[in-house]
Amino acid sequence: MGDFFSLFFDNLPQVGSGLWVTVQATLLGSLVALALSFVFGLMANTRPVLVRGVSRVIVEFFRGTSLYVQLFWLYYALPLLTGYQLSPVFCGVVAFGLNYGAYGSEVVRGALNAVPRAQYEAAVALNMTPFQRMRRVILPQAWVQMIPPFTNLLIQLLKATPLLWLISATDLTTVIQQMRDRTGASVAAYLTLLVLYFVLAYALTLCMNALERAAKTRIGQRESAKGLFRTRSSAERLPGGVR
Amino acid sequence: MNYEWDWGAVQDSLPLLLDGFRTTLLATVLGILVAAVLGLIAAMAGRAPTRWVSVPVRALMEFIRSTPLLVQLAGAYAVFNTVDPLTIGITVLGIHYASYLSEVYRAGIDGVPKGQWEACRALSLSPRRTWQAVILPQAVRNVLPALGNYAIAMFKETPFLAVITVMEMVAEARQFGAEHFAYAETFTLAGLIFLVASYPTSLLMRKLEKRLGH
Repeated sequence: MGDFFSLFFDNLPQVGSGLWVTVQATLLGSLVALALSFVFGLMANTRPVLVRGVSRVIVEFFRGTSLYVQLFWLYYALPLLTGYQLSPVFCGVVAFGLNYGAYGSEVVRGALNAVPRAQYEAAVALNMTPFQRMRRVILPQAWVQMIPPFTNLLIQLLKATPLLWLISATDLTTVIQQMRDRTGASVAAYLTLLVLYFVLAYALTLCMNALERAAKTRIGQRESAKGLFRTRSSAERLPGGVR
Repeated sequence: MNYEWDWGAVQDSLPLLLDGFRTTLLATVLGILVAAVLGLIAAMAGRAPTRWVSVPVRALMEFIRSTPLLVQLAGAYAVFNTVDPLTIGITVLGIHYASYLSEVYRAGIDGVPKGQWEACRALSLSPRRTWQAVILPQAVRNVLPALGNYAIAMFKETPFLAVITVMEMVAEARQFGAEHFAYAETFTLAGLIFLVASYPTSLLMRKLEKRLGH
Protein backbone atom coordinates (compact mmCIF):
# COMPACT_ATOMS: atom_id res chain seq x y z
CA MET A 1 0.00 0.00 0.00
CA GLY A 2 2.89 2.33 0.81
CA ASP A 3 4.26 1.59 -2.63
CA PHE A 4 1.16 2.97 -4.27
CA PHE A 5 1.23 6.24 -2.37
CA SER A 6 4.92 6.82 -3.00
CA LEU A 7 4.33 6.19 -6.69
CA PHE A 8 1.29 8.48 -6.55
CA PHE A 9 3.18 11.38 -4.99
CA ASP A 10 6.26 10.86 -7.18
CA ASN A 11 4.10 11.12 -10.28
CA LEU A 12 1.81 13.97 -9.34
CA PRO A 13 2.20 15.71 -12.73
CA GLN A 14 0.88 12.58 -14.40
CA VAL A 15 -2.09 12.49 -12.01
CA GLY A 16 -2.63 16.16 -12.75
CA SER A 17 -2.77 15.59 -16.49
CA GLY A 18 -5.22 12.71 -16.06
CA LEU A 19 -7.33 14.92 -13.83
CA TRP A 20 -7.22 17.63 -16.47
CA VAL A 21 -8.50 15.25 -19.18
CA THR A 22 -11.38 14.24 -16.90
CA VAL A 23 -12.25 17.83 -16.01
CA GLN A 24 -11.98 18.91 -19.64
CA ALA A 25 -14.29 16.15 -20.83
CA THR A 26 -16.76 16.97 -18.06
CA LEU A 27 -16.87 20.70 -18.71
CA LEU A 28 -16.88 20.56 -22.52
CA GLY A 29 -19.41 17.72 -22.47
CA SER A 30 -21.70 19.65 -20.17
CA LEU A 31 -21.42 22.80 -22.31
CA VAL A 32 -22.52 20.83 -25.38
CA ALA A 33 -25.26 19.23 -23.29
CA LEU A 34 -26.44 22.62 -22.01
CA ALA A 35 -26.67 24.06 -25.52
CA LEU A 36 -28.56 21.00 -26.81
CA SER A 37 -30.87 21.05 -23.78
CA PHE A 38 -32.02 24.53 -24.68
CA VAL A 39 -32.31 23.81 -28.40
CA PHE A 40 -34.42 20.66 -27.92
CA GLY A 41 -36.24 21.97 -24.85
CA LEU A 42 -37.36 25.14 -26.64
CA MET A 43 -38.25 23.14 -29.75
CA ALA A 44 -40.43 20.87 -27.63
CA ASN A 45 -42.41 23.89 -26.47
CA THR A 46 -43.15 25.42 -29.87
CA ARG A 47 -46.41 25.09 -31.68
CA PRO A 48 -45.63 23.47 -35.09
CA VAL A 49 -46.08 19.71 -34.82
CA LEU A 50 -43.12 19.02 -37.09
CA VAL A 51 -40.65 20.94 -34.89
CA ARG A 52 -41.98 19.31 -31.74
CA GLY A 53 -41.90 15.89 -33.37
CA VAL A 54 -38.30 16.22 -34.51
CA SER A 55 -37.24 17.23 -31.02
CA ARG A 56 -39.15 14.33 -29.43
CA VAL A 57 -37.69 11.74 -31.77
CA ILE A 58 -34.11 12.94 -31.25
CA VAL A 59 -34.53 13.15 -27.48
CA GLU A 60 -36.10 9.72 -27.15
CA PHE A 61 -33.47 8.23 -29.41
CA PHE A 62 -30.57 9.49 -27.33
CA ARG A 63 -32.26 8.72 -24.02
CA GLY A 64 -33.25 5.25 -25.13
CA THR A 65 -30.11 3.78 -26.64
CA SER A 66 -27.72 3.85 -23.67
CA LEU A 67 -24.73 6.19 -23.44
CA TYR A 68 -22.28 3.29 -23.59
CA VAL A 69 -23.53 2.09 -26.94
CA GLN A 70 -23.48 5.65 -28.28
CA LEU A 71 -19.91 6.22 -27.17
CA PHE A 72 -18.69 2.91 -28.55
CA TRP A 73 -20.57 3.52 -31.77
CA LEU A 74 -18.83 6.88 -32.20
CA TYR A 75 -15.45 5.41 -31.41
CA TYR A 76 -15.57 2.05 -33.19
CA ALA A 77 -18.32 2.20 -35.80
CA LEU A 78 -18.14 5.76 -37.12
CA PRO A 79 -14.52 5.43 -38.38
CA LEU A 80 -15.54 2.35 -40.35
CA LEU A 81 -18.45 4.15 -41.98
CA THR A 82 -16.78 7.49 -42.69
CA GLY A 83 -13.05 6.91 -42.50
CA TYR A 84 -12.58 9.61 -39.84
CA GLN A 85 -11.24 8.56 -36.47
CA LEU A 86 -12.23 11.01 -33.75
CA SER A 87 -9.91 11.46 -30.78
CA PRO A 88 -11.16 9.65 -27.65
CA VAL A 89 -11.79 12.84 -25.68
CA PHE A 90 -13.66 14.38 -28.59
CA CYS A 91 -15.78 11.23 -28.90
CA GLY A 92 -16.50 11.50 -25.21
CA VAL A 93 -17.51 15.14 -25.41
CA VAL A 94 -19.87 14.46 -28.34
CA ALA A 95 -21.46 11.39 -26.74
CA PHE A 96 -21.83 12.97 -23.29
CA GLY A 97 -23.19 16.13 -24.87
CA LEU A 98 -25.81 14.33 -26.95
CA ASN A 99 -26.90 11.94 -24.20
CA TYR A 100 -27.12 14.41 -21.34
CA GLY A 101 -28.44 17.08 -23.70
CA ALA A 102 -31.39 14.78 -24.34
CA TYR A 103 -32.03 14.39 -20.61
CA GLY A 104 -31.47 18.12 -20.08
CA SER A 105 -34.01 19.09 -22.72
CA GLU A 106 -36.69 17.48 -20.55
CA VAL A 107 -35.51 19.66 -17.66
CA VAL A 108 -35.76 22.80 -19.81
CA ARG A 109 -39.19 21.81 -21.11
CA GLY A 110 -40.49 21.08 -17.61
CA ALA A 111 -39.10 24.29 -16.13
CA LEU A 112 -40.58 26.42 -18.92
CA ASN A 113 -43.96 24.82 -18.35
CA ALA A 114 -43.68 25.41 -14.61
CA VAL A 115 -43.55 29.21 -15.00
CA PRO A 116 -47.06 30.39 -14.11
CA ARG A 117 -49.29 31.03 -17.09
CA ALA A 118 -50.09 34.52 -15.80
CA GLN A 119 -46.47 35.54 -16.30
CA TYR A 120 -46.79 34.84 -20.04
CA GLU A 121 -50.06 36.72 -20.16
CA ALA A 122 -48.68 39.72 -18.28
CA ALA A 123 -45.72 39.89 -20.66
CA VAL A 124 -48.09 39.81 -23.62
CA ALA A 125 -50.25 42.49 -22.04
CA LEU A 126 -47.17 44.69 -21.65
CA ASN A 127 -46.66 44.35 -25.39
CA MET A 128 -43.30 42.59 -25.13
CA THR A 129 -41.94 40.81 -28.19
CA PRO A 130 -41.63 37.01 -27.85
CA PHE A 131 -37.86 37.43 -27.54
CA GLN A 132 -38.15 40.03 -24.75
CA ARG A 133 -40.73 37.88 -23.02
CA MET A 134 -38.35 34.92 -22.97
CA ARG A 135 -35.27 36.86 -21.96
CA ARG A 136 -36.71 39.17 -19.33
CA VAL A 137 -39.63 37.28 -17.82
CA ILE A 138 -39.76 33.55 -18.51
CA LEU A 139 -36.15 32.39 -18.60
CA PRO A 140 -34.96 34.07 -15.39
CA GLN A 141 -37.73 32.27 -13.50
CA ALA A 142 -37.37 28.95 -15.30
CA TRP A 143 -33.59 29.05 -14.89
CA VAL A 144 -33.87 28.92 -11.09
CA GLN A 145 -35.91 25.74 -11.41
CA MET A 146 -33.52 24.17 -13.87
CA ILE A 147 -30.39 24.43 -11.76
CA PRO A 148 -31.01 21.60 -9.22
CA PRO A 149 -31.81 18.97 -11.88
CA PHE A 150 -28.94 20.29 -14.01
CA THR A 151 -26.66 19.74 -11.01
CA ASN A 152 -27.79 16.12 -10.87
CA LEU A 153 -27.07 15.71 -14.56
CA LEU A 154 -23.66 17.33 -14.24
CA ILE A 155 -22.66 14.88 -11.52
CA GLN A 156 -24.00 12.03 -13.66
CA LEU A 157 -21.86 13.26 -16.52
CA LEU A 158 -18.78 13.44 -14.32
CA LYS A 159 -19.48 9.88 -13.21
CA ALA A 160 -19.68 8.75 -16.83
CA THR A 161 -16.21 10.08 -17.73
CA PRO A 162 -14.33 6.91 -16.64
CA LEU A 163 -15.76 5.47 -19.85
CA LEU A 164 -12.94 7.35 -21.55
CA TRP A 165 -10.63 4.73 -20.08
CA LEU A 166 -12.39 2.10 -22.18
CA ILE A 167 -11.74 4.02 -25.38
CA SER A 168 -8.09 4.57 -24.43
CA ALA A 169 -7.99 8.21 -23.36
CA THR A 170 -5.55 8.92 -20.53
CA ASP A 171 -8.09 10.24 -18.04
CA LEU A 172 -7.85 10.10 -14.27
CA THR A 173 -9.10 6.49 -14.11
CA THR A 174 -6.55 5.31 -16.65
CA VAL A 175 -3.65 7.01 -14.85
CA ILE A 176 -4.53 5.60 -11.43
CA GLN A 177 -5.16 2.14 -12.85
CA GLN A 178 -1.71 2.18 -14.44
CA MET A 179 -0.26 2.93 -11.01
CA ARG A 180 -2.28 0.10 -9.54
CA ASP A 181 -0.95 -2.29 -12.16
CA ARG A 182 2.62 -1.34 -11.28
CA THR A 183 2.20 -1.75 -7.51
CA GLY A 184 -0.61 -4.30 -7.20
CA ALA A 185 -2.22 -2.26 -4.41
CA SER A 186 -5.85 -2.48 -5.55
CA VAL A 187 -7.54 -1.25 -2.38
CA ALA A 188 -5.39 1.86 -2.02
CA ALA A 189 -5.58 2.69 -5.72
CA TYR A 190 -9.34 2.39 -6.12
CA LEU A 191 -10.10 4.15 -2.82
CA THR A 192 -7.87 7.05 -3.88
CA LEU A 193 -9.64 7.18 -7.23
CA LEU A 194 -13.09 7.17 -5.60
CA VAL A 195 -12.09 9.92 -3.17
CA LEU A 196 -10.76 12.04 -6.04
CA TYR A 197 -14.06 11.70 -7.90
CA PHE A 198 -15.98 12.50 -4.73
CA VAL A 199 -13.96 15.70 -4.27
CA LEU A 200 -14.57 16.67 -7.90
CA ALA A 201 -18.29 16.01 -7.54
CA TYR A 202 -18.53 18.07 -4.36
CA ALA A 203 -16.59 20.94 -5.94
CA LEU A 204 -18.98 20.96 -8.90
CA THR A 205 -21.96 20.89 -6.52
CA LEU A 206 -20.62 23.91 -4.63
CA CYS A 207 -20.26 25.85 -7.89
CA MET A 208 -23.80 24.96 -8.92
CA ASN A 209 -25.14 25.97 -5.49
CA ALA A 210 -23.47 29.37 -5.88
CA LEU A 211 -25.03 29.68 -9.35
CA GLU A 212 -28.44 28.81 -7.94
CA ARG A 213 -28.09 31.41 -5.20
CA ALA A 214 -27.14 34.06 -7.74
CA ALA A 215 -30.09 33.13 -9.96
CA LYS A 216 -32.47 33.27 -7.00
CA THR A 217 -31.14 36.65 -5.92
CA ARG A 218 -31.78 37.95 -9.42
CA ILE A 219 -35.49 37.22 -9.17
CA GLY A 220 -35.71 38.45 -5.59
CA GLN A 221 -35.59 35.17 -3.66
CA ARG A 222 -32.76 35.53 -1.16
CA GLU A 223 -31.60 32.38 0.58
CA SER A 224 -29.17 31.95 3.45
CA ALA A 225 -25.50 31.19 2.83
CA LYS A 226 -25.91 27.85 4.60
CA GLY A 227 -27.58 26.45 1.50
CA LEU A 228 -24.32 26.82 -0.41
CA PHE A 229 -22.74 23.82 1.28
CA ARG A 230 -25.56 21.35 1.00
CA THR A 231 -24.95 18.26 -1.05
CA ARG A 232 -26.65 17.34 -4.24
CA SER A 233 -28.91 14.77 -2.67
CA SER A 234 -30.55 17.18 -0.28
CA ALA A 235 -31.69 19.27 -3.23
CA GLU A 236 -35.45 19.30 -2.88
CA ARG A 237 -36.50 16.89 -5.56
CA LEU A 238 -34.86 14.15 -7.52
CA PRO A 239 -36.32 14.30 -11.01
CA GLY A 240 -37.86 10.89 -11.49
CA GLY A 241 -37.26 10.42 -15.18
CA VAL A 242 -33.76 11.77 -15.06
CA ARG A 243 -32.45 9.74 -12.12
CA MET B 1 -13.12 4.89 -47.51
CA ASN B 2 -16.07 2.83 -48.57
CA TYR B 3 -17.68 0.62 -46.03
CA GLU B 4 -20.07 -2.07 -47.09
CA TRP B 5 -22.94 -2.50 -44.66
CA ASP B 6 -22.99 -6.24 -44.07
CA TRP B 7 -26.47 -7.62 -43.49
CA GLY B 8 -24.93 -11.03 -43.00
CA ALA B 9 -23.10 -9.76 -39.93
CA VAL B 10 -26.37 -8.36 -38.59
CA GLN B 11 -28.00 -11.74 -39.04
CA ASP B 12 -25.10 -13.71 -37.58
CA SER B 13 -24.63 -11.50 -34.54
CA LEU B 14 -28.31 -11.22 -33.62
CA PRO B 15 -28.51 -14.58 -31.76
CA LEU B 16 -25.34 -13.73 -29.82
CA LEU B 17 -26.68 -10.30 -28.90
CA LEU B 18 -29.99 -11.74 -27.77
CA ASP B 19 -28.08 -14.26 -25.70
CA GLY B 20 -26.17 -11.38 -24.11
CA PHE B 21 -29.46 -9.55 -23.68
CA ARG B 22 -30.62 -12.33 -21.35
CA THR B 23 -27.64 -11.63 -19.09
CA THR B 24 -28.43 -7.92 -19.32
CA LEU B 25 -32.01 -8.54 -18.22
CA LEU B 26 -31.00 -10.92 -15.45
CA ALA B 27 -28.51 -8.39 -14.07
CA THR B 28 -31.13 -5.63 -14.22
CA VAL B 29 -33.85 -7.60 -12.47
CA LEU B 30 -31.63 -8.99 -9.70
CA GLY B 31 -29.80 -5.67 -9.41
CA ILE B 32 -32.97 -3.66 -8.87
CA LEU B 33 -34.19 -6.21 -6.31
CA VAL B 34 -30.96 -5.86 -4.32
CA ALA B 35 -31.20 -2.08 -4.66
CA ALA B 36 -34.82 -1.97 -3.52
CA VAL B 37 -34.06 -3.94 -0.35
CA LEU B 38 -30.75 -2.27 0.52
CA GLY B 39 -32.17 1.15 -0.30
CA LEU B 40 -35.01 0.64 2.14
CA ILE B 41 -32.64 -0.54 4.87
CA ALA B 42 -30.37 2.45 4.25
CA ALA B 43 -33.31 4.87 4.30
CA MET B 44 -34.53 3.48 7.62
CA ALA B 45 -31.01 3.44 9.10
CA GLY B 46 -30.58 7.03 7.90
CA ARG B 47 -33.53 7.98 10.11
CA ALA B 48 -32.29 6.04 13.14
CA PRO B 49 -32.71 7.98 16.40
CA THR B 50 -28.99 7.73 17.28
CA ARG B 51 -26.67 9.90 15.25
CA TRP B 52 -24.00 7.19 15.53
CA VAL B 53 -26.01 5.18 13.02
CA SER B 54 -27.74 7.77 10.89
CA VAL B 55 -24.81 10.07 10.09
CA PRO B 56 -22.36 7.37 8.85
CA VAL B 57 -25.09 5.70 6.81
CA ARG B 58 -26.03 8.95 5.11
CA ALA B 59 -22.39 9.85 4.50
CA LEU B 60 -21.71 6.44 2.96
CA MET B 61 -24.73 6.74 0.69
CA GLU B 62 -23.63 10.21 -0.39
CA PHE B 63 -20.15 8.87 -1.16
CA ILE B 64 -21.44 5.95 -3.21
CA ARG B 65 -23.84 8.21 -5.07
CA SER B 66 -21.13 10.71 -5.99
CA THR B 67 -18.55 8.29 -7.34
CA PRO B 68 -18.53 6.49 -10.70
CA LEU B 69 -20.12 3.07 -10.98
CA LEU B 70 -17.43 2.00 -13.43
CA VAL B 71 -14.68 2.59 -10.87
CA GLN B 72 -16.69 0.86 -8.15
CA LEU B 73 -17.10 -2.17 -10.40
CA ALA B 74 -13.46 -2.30 -11.44
CA GLY B 75 -12.39 -1.88 -7.81
CA ALA B 76 -14.67 -4.61 -6.47
CA TYR B 77 -13.52 -6.94 -9.24
CA ALA B 78 -9.86 -6.31 -8.43
CA VAL B 79 -10.30 -6.73 -4.68
CA PHE B 80 -12.65 -9.73 -4.64
CA ASN B 81 -10.93 -11.57 -7.46
CA THR B 82 -12.11 -15.02 -6.42
CA VAL B 83 -15.84 -14.24 -6.65
CA ASP B 84 -17.88 -14.87 -9.80
CA PRO B 85 -17.98 -11.65 -11.92
CA LEU B 86 -21.74 -11.67 -12.46
CA THR B 87 -22.31 -11.87 -8.69
CA ILE B 88 -19.94 -8.94 -8.14
CA GLY B 89 -21.65 -7.02 -10.91
CA ILE B 90 -25.14 -7.50 -9.52
CA THR B 91 -24.01 -6.66 -5.98
CA VAL B 92 -22.21 -3.47 -7.02
CA LEU B 93 -25.09 -2.38 -9.28
CA GLY B 94 -27.46 -3.08 -6.39
CA ILE B 95 -25.42 -1.10 -3.86
CA HIS B 96 -24.93 1.80 -6.28
CA TYR B 97 -28.63 2.11 -7.01
CA ALA B 98 -29.51 1.56 -3.36
CA SER B 99 -27.77 4.88 -2.72
CA TYR B 100 -30.22 6.59 -5.09
CA LEU B 101 -33.20 4.65 -3.88
CA SER B 102 -32.48 5.47 -0.24
CA GLU B 103 -33.15 9.11 -1.20
CA VAL B 104 -36.34 8.12 -2.98
CA TYR B 105 -37.52 6.13 0.02
CA ARG B 106 -36.55 9.01 2.30
CA ALA B 107 -38.77 11.32 0.29
CA GLY B 108 -41.51 8.68 0.29
CA ILE B 109 -41.31 8.26 4.06
CA ASP B 110 -41.24 12.03 4.59
CA GLY B 111 -44.38 12.16 2.46
CA VAL B 112 -46.33 10.17 5.06
CA PRO B 113 -48.27 12.74 7.13
CA LYS B 114 -46.86 13.46 10.59
CA GLY B 115 -50.23 12.65 12.13
CA GLN B 116 -49.72 9.01 11.20
CA TRP B 117 -46.59 8.81 13.34
CA GLU B 118 -48.36 10.57 16.19
CA ALA B 119 -51.33 8.23 15.95
CA CYS B 120 -48.99 5.25 16.19
CA ARG B 121 -47.42 6.69 19.30
CA ALA B 122 -50.82 7.42 20.78
CA LEU B 123 -51.79 3.79 20.19
CA SER B 124 -48.39 2.82 21.67
CA LEU B 125 -47.55 0.60 18.73
CA SER B 126 -44.04 -0.84 18.76
CA PRO B 127 -41.57 0.70 16.26
CA ARG B 128 -41.74 -2.53 14.29
CA ARG B 129 -45.51 -2.39 14.01
CA THR B 130 -45.40 1.32 13.22
CA TRP B 131 -43.15 0.76 10.22
CA GLN B 132 -44.74 -2.47 9.10
CA ALA B 133 -48.42 -1.68 9.39
CA VAL B 134 -48.60 2.07 8.95
CA ILE B 135 -45.60 3.85 7.46
CA LEU B 136 -44.16 1.47 4.87
CA PRO B 137 -47.40 0.58 3.05
CA GLN B 138 -47.99 4.28 2.46
CA ALA B 139 -44.38 5.12 1.65
CA VAL B 140 -43.84 2.27 -0.80
CA ARG B 141 -46.80 3.35 -2.91
CA ASN B 142 -45.19 6.77 -3.33
CA VAL B 143 -41.95 5.13 -4.35
CA LEU B 144 -43.09 2.65 -7.02
CA PRO B 145 -42.91 4.89 -10.12
CA ALA B 146 -39.42 6.06 -9.20
CA LEU B 147 -38.37 2.46 -8.71
CA GLY B 148 -39.42 1.71 -12.28
CA ASN B 149 -37.48 4.69 -13.62
CA TYR B 150 -34.35 3.59 -11.81
CA ALA B 151 -34.79 0.08 -13.19
CA ILE B 152 -34.74 1.55 -16.71
CA ALA B 153 -31.69 3.62 -15.84
CA MET B 154 -29.94 0.54 -14.48
CA PHE B 155 -30.82 -1.41 -17.60
CA LYS B 156 -29.00 1.19 -19.67
CA GLU B 157 -25.96 1.01 -17.39
CA THR B 158 -25.50 -2.77 -17.48
CA PRO B 159 -22.95 -2.50 -20.34
CA PHE B 160 -20.52 -1.50 -17.58
CA LEU B 161 -20.49 -5.13 -16.56
CA ALA B 162 -18.42 -5.87 -19.66
CA VAL B 163 -15.50 -4.26 -17.84
CA ILE B 164 -15.49 -7.12 -15.35
CA THR B 165 -15.73 -9.76 -18.09
CA VAL B 166 -19.49 -10.40 -17.82
CA MET B 167 -20.68 -11.21 -21.33
CA GLU B 168 -23.75 -9.01 -21.51
CA MET B 169 -25.08 -7.64 -24.78
CA VAL B 170 -22.55 -4.89 -25.47
CA ALA B 171 -19.65 -7.18 -24.65
CA GLU B 172 -21.03 -9.67 -27.18
CA ALA B 173 -21.39 -6.87 -29.73
CA ARG B 174 -17.82 -5.80 -29.15
CA GLN B 175 -16.43 -9.30 -29.44
CA PHE B 176 -18.35 -10.14 -32.59
CA GLY B 177 -17.48 -6.75 -34.05
CA ALA B 178 -13.79 -7.28 -33.43
CA GLU B 179 -13.76 -10.78 -34.89
CA HIS B 180 -15.69 -9.92 -38.04
CA PHE B 181 -14.65 -6.28 -38.47
CA ALA B 182 -18.31 -5.35 -38.10
CA TYR B 183 -18.47 -2.80 -35.27
CA ALA B 184 -20.92 -0.60 -37.18
CA GLU B 185 -23.47 -3.38 -37.56
CA THR B 186 -23.22 -4.87 -34.08
CA PHE B 187 -23.20 -1.60 -32.11
CA THR B 188 -26.09 -0.22 -34.16
CA LEU B 189 -28.01 -3.40 -33.50
CA ALA B 190 -27.22 -3.28 -29.78
CA GLY B 191 -28.41 0.33 -29.59
CA LEU B 192 -31.65 -0.54 -31.36
CA ILE B 193 -32.30 -3.44 -28.99
CA PHE B 194 -31.86 -1.06 -26.06
CA LEU B 195 -34.25 1.41 -27.66
CA VAL B 196 -36.87 -1.22 -28.41
CA ALA B 197 -36.69 -2.56 -24.87
CA SER B 198 -36.49 0.67 -22.89
CA TYR B 199 -38.81 3.04 -24.74
CA PRO B 200 -42.09 1.11 -24.24
CA THR B 201 -41.13 0.52 -20.62
CA SER B 202 -40.57 4.20 -19.97
CA LEU B 203 -43.89 5.04 -21.65
CA LEU B 204 -45.54 2.54 -19.33
CA MET B 205 -43.84 4.08 -16.29
CA ARG B 206 -45.03 7.55 -17.31
CA LYS B 207 -48.60 6.25 -17.51
CA LEU B 208 -48.27 4.62 -14.10
CA GLU B 209 -46.88 7.85 -12.65
CA LYS B 210 -49.82 9.83 -13.99
CA ARG B 211 -52.26 7.31 -12.60
CA LEU B 212 -50.74 7.45 -9.16
CA GLY B 213 -51.03 11.21 -9.36
CA HIS B 214 -47.40 12.38 -9.41
